[in-house]
Amino acid sequence: MSEGTLYDKVWDEHTVTTLPTGQTQLFVGLHLIHEVTSPQAFGMLRERDIDVAYPELTHATVDHIVPTDDRSRPFKNDAAERMMEELEENVRDAGIEFDDPTTGNQGIVHVIGPEQGITTPGKTIVCGDSHTATHGAFGAVAFGIGTSQIRDVLATQCIAMEKQKVRRIEVEGELGPGVEAKDIILEIIRRLGTDGGVGYVYEYGGEAIENLGMEGRMSICNMSIEGGARAGYVNPDETTYEWLAETDEYADDPEKFERHKEYWESIRTDETAEYDDVVTIDASDLEPVVTWGTTPGQGIGITDPIPDPEEMESGDADVARRAQEHMRVEPGETMAGYDIDVAFLGSCTNARLPDLRAAAKVVEGREVDDDVRAFVVPGSQRVKAAAEAEGLDEIFTEAGFDWRDAGCSMCLGMNDDQLQGDEACASSSNRNFIGRQGSKDGRTVLMNPRMVAAAAVTGEVTDVREMAGVTLA
Amino acid sequence: MSDVEEGPADTVEEVTGTGIPIRGNDIDTDQIIPARFMKVVTFDGLGEYAFFDQRFDDEDNQKNHPFNEERFQGANVLVVNSNFGCGSSREHAPQALMRWGIDAIVGESFAEIFAGNCLALGIPTLTADHESINALQQWVDDHPDEELHVDVVRETVEYGSNELNATVDKAQHKALVEGVWDTTALMEANAAATRDVAESLPYIESESLPRVESDD
Repeated sequence: MSEGTLYDKVWDEHTVTTLPTGQTQLFVGLHLIHEVTSPQAFGMLRERDIDVAYPELTHATVDHIVPTDDRSRPFKNDAAERMMEELEENVRDAGIEFDDPTTGNQGIVHVIGPEQGITTPGKTIVCGDSHTATHGAFGAVAFGIGTSQIRDVLATQCIAMEKQKVRRIEVEGELGPGVEAKDIILEIIRRLGTDGGVGYVYEYGGEAIENLGMEGRMSICNMSIEGGARAGYVNPDETTYEWLAETDEYADDPEKFERHKEYWESIRTDETAEYDDVVTIDASDLEPVVTWGTTPGQGIGITDPIPDPEEMESGDADVARRAQEHMRVEPGETMAGYDIDVAFLGSCTNARLPDLRAAAKVVEGREVDDDVRAFVVPGSQRVKAAAEAEGLDEIFTEAGFDWRDAGCSMCLGMNDDQLQGDEACASSSNRNFIGRQGSKDGRTVLMNPRMVAAAAVTGEVTDVREMAGVTLA
Repeated sequence: MSDVEEGPADTVEEVTGTGIPIRGNDIDTDQIIPARFMKVVTFDGLGEYAFFDQRFDDEDNQKNHPFNEERFQGANVLVVNSNFGCGSSREHAPQALMRWGIDAIVGESFAEIFAGNCLALGIPTLTADHESINALQQWVDDHPDEELHVDVVRETVEYGSNELNATVDKAQHKALVEGVWDTTALMEANAAATRDVAESLPYIESESLPRVESDD
């Protein structure tokens, strides 16, 4: 068993008791909710005549179904409007703070928590959303839960769960030009497998992680679940504290900041900590990673050949064969040159300001390929406003991108932003599952934001490092 | 009325019924229920959308899929391979399977959130090795009308003249066998201890906590 890690300490701080099931009753410091997974939980509470126990510790936004073009109410899609109304009613009745689109604070749930400063180190954070591990970038212990657990949290501010093992993932070395956090996590998932993290919490550390800004750390923690790990985190450090000091929660209250920082420092992993497992990865070897298949673990370097299913174990080989048939790729080829119909720059993985800045540098002075529809969906209204203040919107729209409002959008195709037929999409999102982007025949190629920008302008998967005149620093 | 005093929820000690195999590793929740069917505020009626895109083409014609096959209609034990239910946290996935008729799932391995969601619904998720699962899938394929017996207590699956040794996660075993899987009721009973933890956490400001009624 692990000992002295951030996870162990936070677990202990939040333990209420041991339940008759043997599970731990764990206190939840922040509960985030959105419109898709919460309505049934509120319905269950009503059935049992239970009130929300700690409404101040729950925070709501709308992201999954919200349109990214015309957001006037009622929404054009009746089902979306009904979900929005249901959420509005639930948060009003319970007294839960709600960042609806009129506030200017709306956005993807995993973007708004960190930008408002309610995501903090040493906090337990849950949300009915598997990408909740994103918040682990701040040293929070954050994970996705199901709707029945949302009911538990609303009713008791606790969840019942078993403690997990901790795997340290040490990422050494320095990233090369054009290689980003996204490439690190795609490589981790490729190596350890889509189920390699089941039963584990991932602690990301090492030089390459420490050198990342908060946004890069968020991209990495975000995709922990794609490797099977329900939670992933980075120990808080000066980079973390600098971010937090500028947020709504702390900017005007340095006294509170110092008080909380004492706690944040105390839950950092001890130097003498013990892990259940340690994996080391050298980041200096990495190149931009793209997926060739239909799971996030099916990735390769942009200059590497697509693997041959004949050389895999039977289960993996079957998955790979089906994936290659769906994607229409052949072993031995590289992904460079793969035709693209859509470029999607968005999602809780890669739709923060530095992501948009990096992509804009690639796009600037170029035009989106004639056969590509390209759009940018900023992660939040605040990201959108900040990007517009720097003129990024103009760079994108002049190149032929659509510049949209904040939401999950084409990451999962619950609003009108969907692939059509067998369109292929260069996507900065997190899942390339069949059907994920709204069309069961659609094809998704996951990649970092610069690579999405490069694919948008060339019309095919492109090694951004090879593009003339692009600043990659 | 208080849920806590209602006593334990129903136990799920065993599931008996015919089986249905779904082959393949990494079957994700987007396959189990595509996101576009989640624009709902209840779980009612989700059963018909289980594996929808695998079952129907663009014109809604049936494709080859076990969930469409006449011989598997009425089955309630699903047999799957590894990392089943990976991806999203959507409880809509096990809800759709349950509402289609599934009462128990046996597989090589399950994604964690999915297995937790199943437990919340009282659906046991038993695991066994690759060879045993393959053999079970083949048997179910060959004997769609014969019942198998999933014994949660003994952690076995009996089929034909065979008995497969399976594993039920410890907490899941206790929850299902003792009928203590209604975690809301279990945890509500510890409200005072919960409050103590809340007050002990340095990052929670006291004004964020609900007023205690006894202070009035």
